[in-house]
Amino acid sequence: MIRFERICLNLCANPPRLDTISIDPKGRKEVSAVKDPKDPKGFSRRGFLRGVGIGSGALTTGILQTEADAAETSGGSQLSGPGEVPITLTINGKAMKTSVEPRMTLLDTLRNKLDHTAAKRVCDRGTCGACTVIMNGKVVYACSVLAIDAQGKQIQTLEGLSQNGKPHPVSQAFLDHDAQQCGYCTPGFVMATKDFLDHHPHPTEEQVKHGLGGNFCRCGTYMGIRKAALQAAQAMGGKNA
Amino acid sequence: MPDYSWPPMEKRRAIGKPVKRADGLAKSTGRAKFPSDLNPPGLLFGYLLTSPHAHARVTSIDTSEAEKLPGVTAIRVINGAGKELQWAGQEIASIAATSEPVALDAARKIKIEYDILPHMVDEQDLSQVGSRAKPAGEVTTGDPEKAFQEADVVCEGSYGIPVITHCCLESHGQVVEWKGDTVNYWPSTQNVSALGAELARAIKVPVTQVHTDMQYMGGGFGSKFPSDLWGSECAELSKASGGRPVKLFLDRAQELKIAGNRPSVYGDIKLGAKKDGTFTVWQSKTWATGGMGGGNLNADQMPYVFRGVPNRKINHTAVSINTGSARAWRAPNNQQLSYITCSALEDLAAKLDMDALDFFLKNVDLTSRPEVYKYQLEKAAELMGWKKLAHKRGEGGSGHMRRGLGIGVNMWGGLGHDSTCRAIINPDGTVAVELGSQDLGVGTRTCIGQVAAETFGLPVSAVTVNIGRDSYPPSGASGGSTTIGGVSASTRKATVNALAKLFEVVAPALGTTPENLEAADGRIQVKGNGSKGLAWKAACAKLGVNKIQEEGKNVGRTAPREGLISQGAAGVQMADVSVDIETGRVKLNKLVAVQDCGLVVNPRLAESQVFGACIMSTCAALMEERVMDQQIGRVLNADMEFYKLSGIADIGDIVVHLDIRPEMDKRGVIGLGEPPAIGGIAAIGNAVANAIGVRVPQVPVTPDKVLGALAGRKA
Repeated sequence: MIRFERICLNLCANPPRLDTISIDPKGRKEVSAVKDPKDPKGFSRRGFLRGVGIGSGALTTGILQTEADAAETSGGSQLSGPGEVPITLTINGKAMKTSVEPRMTLLDTLRNKLDHTAAKRVCDRGTCGACTVIMNGKVVYACSVLAIDAQGKQIQTLEGLSQNGKPHPVSQAFLDHDAQQCGYCTPGFVMATKDFLDHHPHPTEEQVKHGLGGNFCRCGTYMGIRKAALQAAQAMGGKNA
Repeated sequence: MPDYSWPPMEKRRAIGKPVKRADGLAKSTGRAKFPSDLNPPGLLFGYLLTSPHAHARVTSIDTSEAEKLPGVTAIRVINGAGKELQWAGQEIASIAATSEPVALDAARKIKIEYDILPHMVDEQDLSQVGSRAKPAGEVTTGDPEKAFQEADVVCEGSYGIPVITHCCLESHGQVVEWKGDTVNYWPSTQNVSALGAELARAIKVPVTQVHTDMQYMGGGFGSKFPSDLWGSECAELSKASGGRPVKLFLDRAQELKIAGNRPSVYGDIKLGAKKDGTFTVWQSKTWATGGMGGGNLNADQMPYVFRGVPNRKINHTAVSINTGSARAWRAPNNQQLSYITCSALEDLAAKLDMDALDFFLKNVDLTSRPEVYKYQLEKAAELMGWKKLAHKRGEGGSGHMRRGLGIGVNMWGGLGHDSTCRAIINPDGTVAVELGSQDLGVGTRTCIGQVAAETFGLPVSAVTVNIGRDSYPPSGASGGSTTIGGVSASTRKATVNALAKLFEVVAPALGTTPENLEAADGRIQVKGNGSKGLAWKAACAKLGVNKIQEEGKNVGRTAPREGLISQGAAGVQMADVSVDIETGRVKLNKLVAVQDCGLVVNPRLAESQVFGACIMSTCAALMEERVMDQQIGRVLNADMEFYKLSGIADIGDIVVHLDIRPEMDKRGVIGLGEPPAIGGIAAIGNAVANAIGVRVPQVPVTPDKVLGALAGRKA
């Protein structure tokens, strides 16, 4: 149910980005957005209607639903899912192929399919920030992005941050200021800090507190993180802005 | 016997230094692999199906549809037909499948029918819990009745501190591969050395077949000692799936419901004092719950820290409710005792029209360590600017923002658990220490390396520290702040023993006897004559082909006599808050923590521990509570939107003062994980009362409670 709601949010927020919306023919509740490889136009009116019908919850109208159902039974274009579909993700500049069920999140795909485990699954619903990655230059909670939606985007994870074996200034600053204890929130915080500094190269401490408010730590490492962010800003010298 | 004693403060080269976290870069670059990160070949995904009902009997369970699902490799019924479920979240079945989505689908296809039974999940009102209340002890010392008659001021109040959960960011769980006669076990645990034996018992295999490995873990706080039902289920699922490894970690909701919690305490407190502030009598009637097991409290420890009060009457009741069971929560009992005690004491001080700091100082002789608490109260007051900021209760300003100060105190045992360290000196000059211990994120790995480096006279980076496997010599579980004591003593002894062996080999080459040698600055040399010696590597080359391997043991029972480690920590927290009396919002301006902790192995990491403890206190004081719904019997906030933790902007400034005066250092190493997590809750609650003029009787001090308390005063 949680995942279902999240997917609906995703649908409602970004309908123009959907190439096709595929329906689970067995009538399960998951609605997924996927580019249909066999349909160059990439858009299915039938699927879209059904998607809107389910995705908008209380707004569902009987007419839309009926039309979608009618279209479905008349046969027609290729459906994707519910099984795994092949996808290609661009992770840290490298194209990586895998196959996922359309309902699988970017986070679970990274962790379970591609062995990129720096991003952590903690709340699994867009609250805690432990799964923070950077997508097309913006931080996202990887638990709240569908893997199929992440295709064609530049995805940066903590694994890709070190260059030639040298830790990124943010990673180094987290060490220098002991901005970590158990370390489970750390990858998310490092990515959030990196992105924050990319957009705010000369932050004040107050801005740091605001900018990193989307991540939680249980051990209580915030004092070190504040200092680490400020040190990293200096080390990066605004270069990445 | 060799001299194991710590070198004097001025001679230390590794311990006492702010060495950076040994595994810090592994964590901050994402290289650190936690148990939940492991993806061994052929990995299957496990899932637990749990009860939606607080109290029910399973009448039937049908897994046939789920079993037909492609990708499902095993389904096990844990609590089948006829079994009574005692809380929402209790385990019913476990599933292994080739992917997480399939495991979840399978869980949905399991058909279960229940007989719903009556439940009780709310303990706040003792008059409503009926037979769930069980007397849990009454103690009377002195003559409380007479003392109340003779008291100049008597103060009564009700206080409450709710159930909170551990909310470890890495949830409870493990990867297990049970293939033939070998069980490979990768748990997220606080208890590496003993966990394999526990799992072996549960799955009925010889302990020798279980191999435990854990290099990193994402938080425990007292909740990750047992191998747990989900540990043995994970193993059985692996076996039933032909030996493929299975990863089974609780989801967030399960983590918050069934992976442990800190018991609540509610109570009516009455206390009395002389006009001059002398505290003379304490009376408490408290009750608590920790789930079905009831909620015992070592109530005899009240009044906390000020236990020397001559007259006491203590009554406690344990209440069992239909929720997941309590587990040790960073300083078990002490947070509750400190909160209840310090709240009541500051209310008494206010009624006496006395400054809280003066009141605590006046009664410091009632503590077991008066001179220590006096020093700490004065030090904390200095760091807080108490004299300048302090004011009478309720005089915290005239606008809508009111400011106030408050105090909380702590005490803890410490000492060290049983621990054995194996120290190895190789002919090529490399050194390693091996212990079946674990680093929960507190810096154990780093501190062990520092102790070894100190003995060997080598840089910390030259020491390989191997922990986290049960193939290493056993170390105790990390609980009760006993780890640093245990591992620092065993490592010191093992390395001193190994070095003595090296001295025996090297002495003839230097034309002297072993007892005249010392290890310093990367050399083995004649004491007091640095020019007569060998570089460490050259000295080790004298070993030929034989490495040195020596053990050292810390035995908790006898350790106090040896002087390396000690017990008994004290501390004081002071809080400065601003409260908006229009919105009820509390802002923490500053928290001061003064803590004694004996010899500090690593001040950087020790400070981080205290920072973290203070931040946890902030969560517990202002945000955190498990919310139960008596109607439906469930946890309403089993997620991280509504189970509130502090964010980076929610904490104020935190000032930590570690008391490392020579007389404290002489006591030896004392654990620091728990004590600083105790006093902050009371300090913040008291600061709010000081600011707004009325007591908010229950934490967390949320805006609704502040406004309610203010409205009550007007009424």
